[in-house]
Amino acid sequence: MSELIRCANVCKDYVRGAESIRVLRNVDLSVEDGAFVALMGPSGSGKTTLLNLIGGLDSPTSGEIEVDGLRLDAVSARCLARWRAGSVGFVFQFYNLMPVLTAERNVELPLLLTGLSRSERRRNAALALDIVGLVDRGRHKPGELSGGQQQRVAIARALVSDPRLLVCDEPTGDLDRETADEILALLQTLNRDLGKTIVMVTHDPRAADHAVVTLHMDKGKLVAPVHRADAGSEDARSVA
Amino acid sequence: MRLLTLLGANLLRKPMRTSLTFVSLAIAFLLFMLLKAVSEAFSGGVSLQGLDRIVIDSKYSMTDNLPVSYVRQIRSLDEIEQVTNMSWFGGYYMEPRNTFATYPVDPESYFDVFREQAVAAETLSRFRNIRVSAVASEALAAQYGWKLGDAIHIVQDIFPLEDGSWTWQFEIAGTFEYAGGQLLLINYDYFNEAVVGWAKDQVGWLVGRVADPKAVDDTIRMIDSMFENSSDPTRTTTEDEYRRQFASQVGDVGMISSMILMAVFFTIILLTGNTAAQAFAERVPELAVMKTLGFSDRSVATLVLAEAVALCVGGGVVGVGIALLLQPVFTATLGGMIGSFDMSGWTGAYALGLASLLGLTVGAYPAVAAKRLTIVEALREG
Ligand SMILES: Nc1ncnc2c1ncn2[C@@H]1O[C@H](COP(=O)(O)OP(=O)(O)O)[C@@H](O)[C@H]1O
Ligand SMILES: [Mg+2]
Repeated sequence: MSELIRCANVCKDYVRGAESIRVLRNVDLSVEDGAFVALMGPSGSGKTTLLNLIGGLDSPTSGEIEVDGLRLDAVSARCLARWRAGSVGFVFQFYNLMPVLTAERNVELPLLLTGLSRSERRRNAALALDIVGLVDRGRHKPGELSGGQQQRVAIARALVSDPRLLVCDEPTGDLDRETADEILALLQTLNRDLGKTIVMVTHDPRAADHAVVTLHMDKGKLVAPVHRADAGSEDARSVA
Repeated sequence: MRLLTLLGANLLRKPMRTSLTFVSLAIAFLLFMLLKAVSEAFSGGVSLQGLDRIVIDSKYSMTDNLPVSYVRQIRSLDEIEQVTNMSWFGGYYMEPRNTFATYPVDPESYFDVFREQAVAAETLSRFRNIRVSAVASEALAAQYGWKLGDAIHIVQDIFPLEDGSWTWQFEIAGTFEYAGGQLLLINYDYFNEAVVGWAKDQVGWLVGRVADPKAVDDTIRMIDSMFENSSDPTRTTTEDEYRRQFASQVGDVGMISSMILMAVFFTIILLTGNTAAQAFAERVPELAVMKTLGFSDRSVATLVLAEAVALCVGGGVVGVGIALLLQPVFTATLGGMIGSFDMSGWTGAYALGLASLLGLTVGAYPAVAAKRLTIVEALREG
């Protein structure tokens, strides 16, 4: 399988007043096309920061980030915006839907940036809602949907422009156990059946179980990737 | 265009807040139309065509008269293309509350000087040939339902007839176009002949059209110097200047209206600006999400700005619309009192221009803030 994401020696500093804080320290990372990566670690360890860099929402202070052949650290903000529109879908902890738009319109929103006709946009949005199992709720506004349903709408919005990469920041962090499992199962399906590459930040060890690879972050550094097979045997050992 | 749905949906986010802002805007623009019409009525109508016209009045006061012989003397000047005399007549029709401007004029030269007041050739010839005739502005004729050949009576309070009676009778010879509202013109020749002795051979003021508008200042000086040492010295000004002076004599209503309007708009800017800033603050996370999805800084800023403009222009359209719909009511109640009450399309267009400007002003800060918004920080705060 080919490499979709490559981070080399990535550092990120935040400047707060006079002092500058290094949030990511020399991160090296490689994610295969079609992988399902769980990113774990304590709060404040830099997970969101790394995810934002991979999704092209922010630029690193130094180092290289290449996603699907594009050097994200080397292009303009405008170019990044255009790239995001077509190549990456975002899922957030608090869904971040437009409260004034119906589920259908929310899902359709990213397609306004494409050359698709109105009817094509509507069709693709309906298809994405179908994939997440919410066709019958298309006319509802976010306020009329449960948390799990809102997150499904958000996933449909992330899918609608058919990107290869989905980045999810604690997608189940605001959901109860059962609903969280449904969302994780949905993400797993998207990874297995539609071949979406997923990078997911999570606090929840059970959420990480759905992933193929689990990465650990601590104090801005990445701890070596652990594959699921190994992770399983490690867990077994630690339990024993 | 495709973001229009989102724009509409955003305006409906807080229907109560949007409606309150909308209603305040509509009322502000309604008030604007009314005050504008009042101030224009006081400053003498909406005509912009007076640039080449001069007004020759008594040096001492606007109410002093000039000898009628001045008309011929001034008309003979090369610098003057045409000059006509006007006088104040006053009085009322039927009831004391039915007042409007009435001027004794010379038909031929009057309509030659005031070319924007179009009159049909037959009407003009009737006006000239029937001594006791009068022509009414279309608004005036419509107000009282006057038709060709009607006899009307004007009761005088200043000028009795030579026989001592105070009631003047005229025959309507037709109508003419006049943007200033209600106006009645009567024949100066008849007036001068029929009026009581002390009022004969005098004119209130003269209005002339200069041959060379660029040399208008020289012409003005020349005319005033002609009569400087006579018993009736003149004071000549451009028509615009004359109107300004007239307006300042009646207490500068224009200035007072402007001040009221400024206060109204200042309040509206604060109110709408506050609403816009509040609406923006609530939407920071949403705007960050739009940027996340790939919408450019500029399109997000445009959306925010367009919402402010749409709200203000919407309020403006409704306010102007109501004003224009109510115009007949205002004209009927105020028209006679202040001469004319005209809310032209021009004032409406001006109001809508102002509404757009208001929208741009109020939307500028949120739009710039939306443009500068960085996704990562905004999502973190949200
Ligand atoms: N915009 C910012 N300005 C200053 N500090 C920031 C900013 N964003 C993140 N940080 C800091 O960087 C560190 C890592 O943040 P984050 O990536 O959100 O951690 P995580 O997602 O692992 O909880 C935290 O200490 C946080 O306070
Ligand atoms: Mg985080």
